[in-house]
Amino acid sequence: MNRVTFRLAVPPVSGVLRPRLIVVCVAVTAVTFLAFCLGIGLGEFPLSLGEVIQSLLGTGDQGIAFVVRELRLPRALTGLLAGAAFGLSGALFQAMTRNPLASPDMIGVTQGAGVAVVAGLVLGVGSGLPVLGFAGAVAAALLTYLLAWGRGSTGYRIVLVGIGVSWICTSATEYLMVTSGDFQAQQALGWLFGNLNGRSWSHAVPLALALAVLLPAALLLGRWTRALQLGDEVATVLGTPVQAARLALLLTGVALVAFATAAAGPIAFVALGAPQIAQRLARTAWPPPVASALAGAGVVLAADLVARLLIPDVELPVGVVTGVLGAPLLLWLLARGRRT
Amino acid sequence: MKLVAAAAGALVLVCLLSLSLGARQIPLDQVVRALTDAEVSQEVRDVIWSVRAPRTMLGVLAGVALGLSGALMQALTRNPLADPGILGVSAGAAFAVVLSMGLLGIMTMSGFVWFAFAGALIASIVVYGLAGLGRDGMSPVKLALAGVAVTFLLSSVTSAFVLVDPESLSRYRFWSAGSLSGAGTQVVPQLLPFVAVGAVLALASAPALNSIALGDDVARGLGRRVGWVRVQGAAAVMLLTGAAVAAIGPVVFVGLVVPHLARLMARHGGREADHRLLLPVSALLAPCLLLVADIAGRIIAPPIEVQAGLLVALIGGPFFLVLARRQRLAQL
Repeated sequence: MNRVTFRLAVPPVSGVLRPRLIVVCVAVTAVTFLAFCLGIGLGEFPLSLGEVIQSLLGTGDQGIAFVVRELRLPRALTGLLAGAAFGLSGALFQAMTRNPLASPDMIGVTQGAGVAVVAGLVLGVGSGLPVLGFAGAVAAALLTYLLAWGRGSTGYRIVLVGIGVSWICTSATEYLMVTSGDFQAQQALGWLFGNLNGRSWSHAVPLALALAVLLPAALLLGRWTRALQLGDEVATVLGTPVQAARLALLLTGVALVAFATAAAGPIAFVALGAPQIAQRLARTAWPPPVASALAGAGVVLAADLVARLLIPDVELPVGVVTGVLGAPLLLWLLARGRRT
Repeated sequence: MKLVAAAAGALVLVCLLSLSLGARQIPLDQVVRALTDAEVSQEVRDVIWSVRAPRTMLGVLAGVALGLSGALMQALTRNPLADPGILGVSAGAAFAVVLSMGLLGIMTMSGFVWFAFAGALIASIVVYGLAGLGRDGMSPVKLALAGVAVTFLLSSVTSAFVLVDPESLSRYRFWSAGSLSGAGTQVVPQLLPFVAVGAVLALASAPALNSIALGDDVARGLGRRVGWVRVQGAAAVMLLTGAAVAAIGPVVFVGLVVPHLARLMARHGGREADHRLLLPVSALLAPCLLLVADIAGRIIAPPIEVQAGLLVALIGGPFFLVLARRQRLAQL
């Protein structure tokens, strides 16, 4: 039983419930929360799960509360929010273009951020890298949209143009790295993977504010996504303002990625993998937005946990581990796929 | 046929230019004379036969392989975003190269060609096997997703290696940028058999790909053995891309953009979905793009040579954007 339709006479409400989707959301939330708390507990001064939860609730020891709130919470929160933003953005893009490969890290948004930041590093811009990353992501996306605007943009053309933009940005990044010194290249590489080391409230707060606006926007746009999935012609007949809907979806998706990239760097695989993992867990026909966001947060936090547990001495960028952790999960889900 | 002839003509022209242009310019008539064994100075002969000819041959070999495997990959996955690297080939090759550098201390290009090739083959076999698991069997979406997942997995491990070991970072950066100059003369004969077998497999599968483009069920109705066609196509992609990536690094963008170009050109004859035409045209156009990028890299900023792999995307990318923008590209 994958869906239940309900109709109420008073109040006059009807809708579709997907019990499996709800169960998946709850389960993923639980896993994410566990990874969140364990991540906070981990460090030079280890805390038990109970202590972490107590101090999050505002009770418990004052010293522990300081460690948790000032030192550990920003990192965990940045990971949580960035993962959610990547997952949600991937779900929007994949649903809009009807292509599971069309995540922001495939169509140039992430690469735009990458080339801007590497250029900044090579030119010796010390601070303001997050702002550069944000600007690069938005610029690449705007370029993609403007170039795709022929006789009306179609999802297909946006994707193709995005791939072109992404390759140009990747080559420019590679060129900068080949021509720059080894130290700068190493530094750039560290950023290019996405990193949660040394995050403070100044990283987490802008991201949280952005998500507070963008998450409801993304959910409201969800109904248009489903219409767009039927193709432009059908969506128009159904009364969807196709061009406006696509622009709004694109802007929302790009803004999510841009803010997340500015805070945590372009963490690989999450935007592509999380929606697919969520879709396959929930067995829906499209990537479910909320579950994708939760899955994204879960993958990032779990990856950060694994990175710090496995190699405690080296501060391994979290983006190196998201692929190692998320890819086998996706592969496993693919392998046990059912005929639908 | 006209289209194939035009593409072949373009390739010959680009090859001659590739022999002629560089740090030392050699006029085209001398190039032709050196090739036809007529009287030219020993110096010109040396430059052409020992430096530029192997490099050009490598470009042609890798280009043909990438063009064919790109067209094949897009047809097999029915996804216009698929590049030849999507079976995990480039990530597998990169992983093997980094392993051979980090663990075995191999530092020469001819040393890690075989590692790259083996890594590419193993990765693509794994992807193919994983995509075929499960009760619903192989589907284009599963193949693409399995490829992307394995690519991310392998490149994560590769990055971890490179991050921990700065020594191999610079070598790896050079290899991963993609260049026609690093491989040396002996690589062409080494890899030629694999490319030849792959090309025959690819071209032989063209009629079946036309049926598959209509959907698996229709193809089955037309009497095609869909699973077998996929195996044949994937084998061809493994051999072709594996050889190309081993020889010149992961320059898979060529394989992504060229089939779109071929499809656009075939539109005039109304044969944009006919793989019997698309495959040969892609095979001939891809080396053109690769060699143009290589030539540009030689003359753009002397005395430095910019790697062809970087310029391929910088030259091909805008071109690709214009294509995607100006024309309604044939949908797959």
